[in-house]
Amino acid sequence: MHFTFTEEHEELRRTVRRFLEQRSDEQAVRRAMETERGYDDDVWSQMAGQMGLQGLIVPAEHGGAGLGWVEMMVVLEEMGRSLLCAPYLSTAVLAAGALVEAGSEEARSEILPGIASGETIATLAFVDDGRGWDVADVQMQATKDGDGWKLSGVKNFVLDGHTADVILVVARGPDGLSLFRVDAGAAGLERALLPTLDLTRKLARVSFSSTPAKRVGASGDLTSQLRRVLDLAVVGLVAEQVGGAQRCLEMSTEYARTRLQFGRPIGSFQAIKHRCADMLVSVEFAKSAAYNAGFTAAEGDGDLASAAHIAKSYCSEAYFHAAADNIQIHGGMGFTWEHPAHLYFKRAKSSSVLFGDPMQHREQLAQSLGI
Amino acid sequence: MSMKTMSEAELRERTRALLAEVHPDKVDRTTFRRAQFDHGLAWVRFPEGHGGLGLTANLQQIVNDEIRKNAKTFYEDMAINPIGIGMGGPVVLTHGTEEMKKRLLRPLFTGEEIWCQLFSEPGAGSDVAGLSTRAVRDGDDWIVNGQKVWTTLAHLSKWGMLVARTNPDVPKHEGMSYFLLDMQSPGVEVRPLYQITGEAEFNEIFMTDVRIPGDRILGHEGDGWKVAITTLMNERTSLGGGGGSRGSGPIATLLRLWKNREKAAFTQASEAVMRDRITQLHIECELLRLTGMRAKAGLRSGIPGPEGSVGKLAMAEINKRLWECSLDVMGSSSLLYEAGYELKRPELHGRASRVEEHAKYQFLRSRANSIEGGTSEVMRNILGERVLGLPGEPRVDKNVPWKDIPRGV
Ligand SMILES: Cc1cc2nc3c(=O)[nH]c(=O)nc-3n(C[C@H](O)[C@H](O)[C@H](O)COP(=O)(O)OP(=O)(O)OC[C@H]3O[C@@H](n4cnc5c(N)ncnc54)[C@H](O)[C@@H]3O)c2cc1C
Repeated sequence: MHFTFTEEHEELRRTVRRFLEQRSDEQAVRRAMETERGYDDDVWSQMAGQMGLQGLIVPAEHGGAGLGWVEMMVVLEEMGRSLLCAPYLSTAVLAAGALVEAGSEEARSEILPGIASGETIATLAFVDDGRGWDVADVQMQATKDGDGWKLSGVKNFVLDGHTADVILVVARGPDGLSLFRVDAGAAGLERALLPTLDLTRKLARVSFSSTPAKRVGASGDLTSQLRRVLDLAVVGLVAEQVGGAQRCLEMSTEYARTRLQFGRPIGSFQAIKHRCADMLVSVEFAKSAAYNAGFTAAEGDGDLASAAHIAKSYCSEAYFHAAADNIQIHGGMGFTWEHPAHLYFKRAKSSSVLFGDPMQHREQLAQSLGI
Repeated sequence: MSMKTMSEAELRERTRALLAEVHPDKVDRTTFRRAQFDHGLAWVRFPEGHGGLGLTANLQQIVNDEIRKNAKTFYEDMAINPIGIGMGGPVVLTHGTEEMKKRLLRPLFTGEEIWCQLFSEPGAGSDVAGLSTRAVRDGDDWIVNGQKVWTTLAHLSKWGMLVARTNPDVPKHEGMSYFLLDMQSPGVEVRPLYQITGEAEFNEIFMTDVRIPGDRILGHEGDGWKVAITTLMNERTSLGGGGGSRGSGPIATLLRLWKNREKAAFTQASEAVMRDRITQLHIECELLRLTGMRAKAGLRSGIPGPEGSVGKLAMAEINKRLWECSLDVMGSSSLLYEAGYELKRPELHGRASRVEEHAKYQFLRSRANSIEGGTSEVMRNILGERVLGLPGEPRVDKNVPWKDIPRGV
């Protein structure tokens, strides 16, 4: 493992950062998060048209850039830093990832080009109502119906489930776990936007009652492929967390340098300085964890599951503490709606819970360590 | 082929060539380490001719892995000459004359000459720049008087890295010089200091009219602080971890203790709590290792930056918690300290002991991790001020001649 980002990676990072500084600054984030759709169409089409971001991991034969998880990590770190409001994690990471790892050839050529061009918003409906984030938790059944399939039941916490054109549903068929496609407007499909703690990331509850679906998974039981899809989603999410945590550290140190009390900058008080130093250490550790997971995903031969468990546990807590300390360091101002500290704090909490919380990932890691 | 672009495969090949010529299982330590040095495989980040190949520091791992894979005998730098290899070598490389490098680096690496660090004094620990040991010119030589404390391994050392005050009339950072002291010189007295483990790995040093030849100064007169900083940066990087493989080292000991635990002593609830604690420590140890690797990927023979304090601070705090946890795993057996507390002078190659005894020893020893090499509070000051750019505290000792600064002891 080398953790060496190439000059191309750094160029990608600079380009994405420049774009997001212009199109996803704090005002833009606040505007988008107040809308029901949760994102700005214009920004979304520029992301696809000018930069090809939605198709980052989509193979070239399906209209994408055919890049890997290191590039994805670089892009998501920047998105996390700017709190970009967009159905990116759902479309370009979860849905595209699921199709690349577990989709049938036919489904990939049907769906991936639309994702890459930015025309299709897609998502993965994964968590059964009332159940957890592990693949083993999925109980929803798909039943055969003539040439097609029918789905009944409820999927909860579906990322951008209220706006998605294509919903990929994880359900059990006769030969095990697979992927099923349901399109917006299908019969018996109901989608309800949920009132989220974190306004920058939209979640929906999606119910199916005898809803017609098309099987889009590769043949056979896809349990291990879907595990990998979730591990890869974790890689994406931890990269976002690192970007957000780094931004909190920067906001805190900037404020500590400039805010004067008792005739001196508050950063000269050790209580504040040491908090910032501890934040720096945990952000550095979070980077090690996330980059290790990303490079492991890209190289494809290491223990991705463990790397993902380690990263999700650590990055979640590092981001949360950075966002919480950032509020404390800003004092009363950090508690106001006007100040962006709460946006990061809420994003940190929601990211910590999404795809399994730290305790759950540690539990799985403990099992793999045999302790 | 340019050395800077030597591939991993070529480096492996070069290591195998060394092993084909001299094999550590077949020759004594000195013979093997001399050959390793001469092949440029001692510390690959050093320049050619000085035991290295001018590569980045992280590639040393390739050499070490290759030796471990092909030999039963592996010499840990930290067990051979921790202060010499961690600090002495880099500081000689950065500030020493060509003659010093030729004379000192090879026996330092082989462990024929052990090194120690004569910085701390009773009145100057965190504030080491406040030190009082005096060096006064006498012709070409220097005459040194003063006292040092906490000097690890001084009782085995040939060379001491000594910082002494050569000008008390200027502000404290400007009036120091850095010497290489031959520990066998007349007037150097080394007394053991009994510590909480029952050992005396460190010492008090009394220097009375000790004569140091003029050519044993590192850098120039008055450069002592700059050279000391190089030493400390290297110390932090060497303490900050980054070697080994996933799950090795202290965390492996903790896992072993957990697997051997007295099962009846745990309830279901306490098991769950302990498992989560151990898993958290496993994660932190792994990230300490990976963070060290990331830091080393950018490090050649230059002076490591203040970022080295990230690993030093994290290592200290994680290590203390890890050994605390290991005593909790052992339960009531932690009431005992089987090794006893009779004064022991540790030799360099530690004795093997039962894993439980080792853990109890480490439980006590690890309290030093957040004191030695700079306390955790000082690390946080460095990270805050030097890395994050936060302002310093108001100070009463800046721009004042050293002799006018109030001091205790
Ligand atoms: C096992 C061991 C081995 C050692 N080996 C060596 C060696 O080989 N050579 C050598 O020269 N030294 C050695 N030392 C000494 C070590 O470097 C010092 O102990 C250390 O720098 C702290 O100095 P002090 O003990 O005087 O404590 P002090 O500096 O008096 O510190 C006491 C407390 O005050 C805090 N404090 C001090 N200044 C500040 C500040 N500015 N801001 C916030 N808090 C502060 C400290 O963090 C600490 O908690 C060793 C120490 C140990 C424990």
